[in-house]
Amino acid sequence: MAASQGGPGAPGGAVTARSLHWLLPAASLAVAGGLSLPVLTVAASLLVAAEGPWVEFVRLVLPRYVVTTVWLVLGVCAGALVIGVGTAWLVTVCRVPGQRLWQWALLLPMAVPAYLLAYTYADLLQYAGPVQTTMRAWFGWGRGDYWFPQIRSLGGAIVVMTLAFYPYVYMLARAAFLEQSGAALEASRTLGHSPWSTFWRVALPLARPGIAAGVALVGMEVLADFGTVKHFELDTFATGIYLTWFTLGSPVGAARLAAGLMAFVLAVMSLERLSRGSRRFHATGTAPRRPAVFPLRGWRAAAGVAACVIPPLGGFGLPAAALLVMAATAGDPLFGPTFLRLAANTLLLAVLAGTLAVAVAALIAYGLRLTPSPAMRVAARIVGLGYSVPGAVIAVGVMIPFGYADRLLGAWLHAATGRPPGLVLSGTVFTLVYAYLVRFLAVSLGTVEAGLGRIRPTMDDAARTLGHGPGSTLLRVHAPLMRGSLLTAALLVVVDLLKELPATLILRPFNFDTLAVRVYQLASDERLAQASTAALAIVAVGLLPVLLLDRTIARARGPRDTPDARP
Amino acid sequence: MAERRWWKAAGVLVAVVVVVVTGSGRGGAQTPVLNLYNARHYDTDQALYDEFARQTGVRVNLIQGDADQLIERIKAEGAGSPADVLITVDAGRLYRAQQAGLCQRVPSPVLAARIPANLRDPDGFWYGFTKRMRVVAYARDRVTRDQLSTYEDLADPRWRGRVLVRSSNHVYNQSLVGAMIAWHGAPFVARWARGIVQNLARPPQGGDTDQLLALAAGEGDVALVNHYYYLRLLNSARPHERAVAAKVGLFFPNQGPEERGVHVNVSGACVVATAPHRAAAVAFLEYLASDRAQEIFAKGNFEFPAVRGIANPMAAIAPVALKEDPLNARVYAANGARALQLMVGAGWR
Repeated sequence: MAASQGGPGAPGGAVTARSLHWLLPAASLAVAGGLSLPVLTVAASLLVAAEGPWVEFVRLVLPRYVVTTVWLVLGVCAGALVIGVGTAWLVTVCRVPGQRLWQWALLLPMAVPAYLLAYTYADLLQYAGPVQTTMRAWFGWGRGDYWFPQIRSLGGAIVVMTLAFYPYVYMLARAAFLEQSGAALEASRTLGHSPWSTFWRVALPLARPGIAAGVALVGMEVLADFGTVKHFELDTFATGIYLTWFTLGSPVGAARLAAGLMAFVLAVMSLERLSRGSRRFHATGTAPRRPAVFPLRGWRAAAGVAACVIPPLGGFGLPAAALLVMAATAGDPLFGPTFLRLAANTLLLAVLAGTLAVAVAALIAYGLRLTPSPAMRVAARIVGLGYSVPGAVIAVGVMIPFGYADRLLGAWLHAATGRPPGLVLSGTVFTLVYAYLVRFLAVSLGTVEAGLGRIRPTMDDAARTLGHGPGSTLLRVHAPLMRGSLLTAALLVVVDLLKELPATLILRPFNFDTLAVRVYQLASDERLAQASTAALAIVAVGLLPVLLLDRTIARARGPRDTPDARP
Repeated sequence: MAERRWWKAAGVLVAVVVVVVTGSGRGGAQTPVLNLYNARHYDTDQALYDEFARQTGVRVNLIQGDADQLIERIKAEGAGSPADVLITVDAGRLYRAQQAGLCQRVPSPVLAARIPANLRDPDGFWYGFTKRMRVVAYARDRVTRDQLSTYEDLADPRWRGRVLVRSSNHVYNQSLVGAMIAWHGAPFVARWARGIVQNLARPPQGGDTDQLLALAAGEGDVALVNHYYYLRLLNSARPHERAVAAKVGLFFPNQGPEERGVHVNVSGACVVATAPHRAAAVAFLEYLASDRAQEIFAKGNFEFPAVRGIANPMAAIAPVALKEDPLNARVYAANGARALQLMVGAGWR
């Protein structure tokens, strides 16, 4: 604690504190504003007149696209809600055999990109795939002799995406259950509620903000997904945006559709916030005890184990095994040192952008806490919208303002140096990282905001009374308290980034490929078996942050988060 | 302590960013470079770039991606775009780039002499370097060659429930149907598309390879595919893929004396309007038309060389006197959007 000697009382410290008082919110607003630029660029398309062949086409097909999208979002959110909350309850509050194993196994599907699940399941379950071929060989069936669910369908997509995305709900629900004071659950039991009734009437309402956040993430992931729905030949809002843009050649039309999508997301999120009302849940001062444990026995234990095994098996075990078989029998012809570079690029980008995403999220969340002005609040909501928009749209939303900035910068540099400088910003890692922030900030911002929200405002007051400025309060009081939330936020973004494809594909610099890009190169050329090696590498690289995530969740439960007697 | 550690971490991060940003892509101003925006993702193409670098000393920088998105990137980058050459796997996207004003005219006598007139833009905005035939694949045990004749015939009711094809969203279908519009007019093609939809064995799904797998598994009897997907399976290292190819035959349609010939799409390139290295870009296009490059193309991905007289490893699978549709690539490329609307209107998703 040597550094704290020159602390708050010193004159220098006072000056810093005072300047930080306006500097921090201002910087926070500036950053949030800067990151809203692509979303605003997309929204600005609403000001341009709608014309061209796309208008007629969209009018023709859009209603069908919207209906499919609504069913898909509802189906996946419902599935993720049931699986996520159910399994979180089982492994957190109940006692099932193999509990510790399921606790982290349930997170594993996070390491597998949804589009890879789609590839492998379509490959396994289609008519020409191994499952149906084997069935026909065994039973001597021919075409039309038997019924088999069509994997490339709305139902198939709902199942596959539920398996891919339920961990978001599981993780946040589990964190919420862990934070709940055991006393509340015990009180409920003492008052005569059964475990079921306790779950419905006490635990679930208390966990609602966390669960809602998880379901919101899932819904946004579904809306933004293009790879899965394209592979399953589904027409959704996202494919409509792609079609309008890239086939009908109307960026304005595509941007208008994207703007409509974002308006919808904004409306739903505002509704959820409104319905939650002004209720806030801060951890109370008394250290919460570990939640009460409901042991499961007999058939209940067996059912509990089954419920914990099936999701990770379907979302991770089976597809990983299928990829392993493919990689072993066919595999990537370029497998070798090149792959180390691909993996290094992937990791470097993910860690770089993940760290920045957390820093920026902390800045914005803190600015929001210090001065919750309307401008700040609006900026924070807009920044979070990037998560619901397909990556390719974000990418182009990034390219347009950056291209403009490059032209201004280029003209200026040209005048100053007498030589045309080319592009300064576009086509650099900087642009790519910026796009990642725009796309994934919702994840880190949500996690950091929740973490900050759990620290009672009285804590700030105490720190400020003791002479700490806002900056010092952030670094000395909030940062240590939020270590868990910050780490969780960083890991979540890193996991998402390792899987990211569309923005990387459009924005990356020359000769710079990632593992996901390699999968795309082979898969788009219809070489799925060869793409399996890079796919497996993505999963392998993603395992580490996912397992770390499990540890941070387990550690970040209530008691550790509340301060001990540190001054 | 805590504070100092934060600053240190921030410092390291900034250093990493600077290194990565400055080190990426645009280093080495001394060696001449050529920047390719490339929608071909065949590993075997690397031999082309290596050989070009050996011959000319020009280093090739590469961004691979989806053609439409590469086009959007060039647009957004504007006059300062580093892109020299745009390579696509179909004429449709080259036409789109040209329409957006992204291609420049390359009046090269070398290219004009070597690339047949129907495989390049009449005004010299872009050139095709390989040919890809959209052909009819059939299940050997259920269809004989004498039952097959033309694309038009696949709409005949006797193929009901037997036709396999990918989505109308795909540009290979748009080009084929665009060519049919040029030959027959839209009303005929609309009727034809409705006939195809009625004959479908299953809703359009997957890629061309998926149609071949479905043929072999018995899900349908005939399929529209690009020829090289079949050759890839035939030459695969995996026994079960060779087994699929063994159950499938390739038929080059519309070969009769009164017919126009098989539909030919091109993989081609244009020099970007704002290319910073124009001379190198033109040299690269001329290199792609050289004997050596044409051989690499043909061997790498089983495409037909665009230049006549190149030893053709595909000769074995094609009819001796293969008749190719002489329609200029720009015509069917320009019909692409209309073709999509016709197909979607007919229920071809």
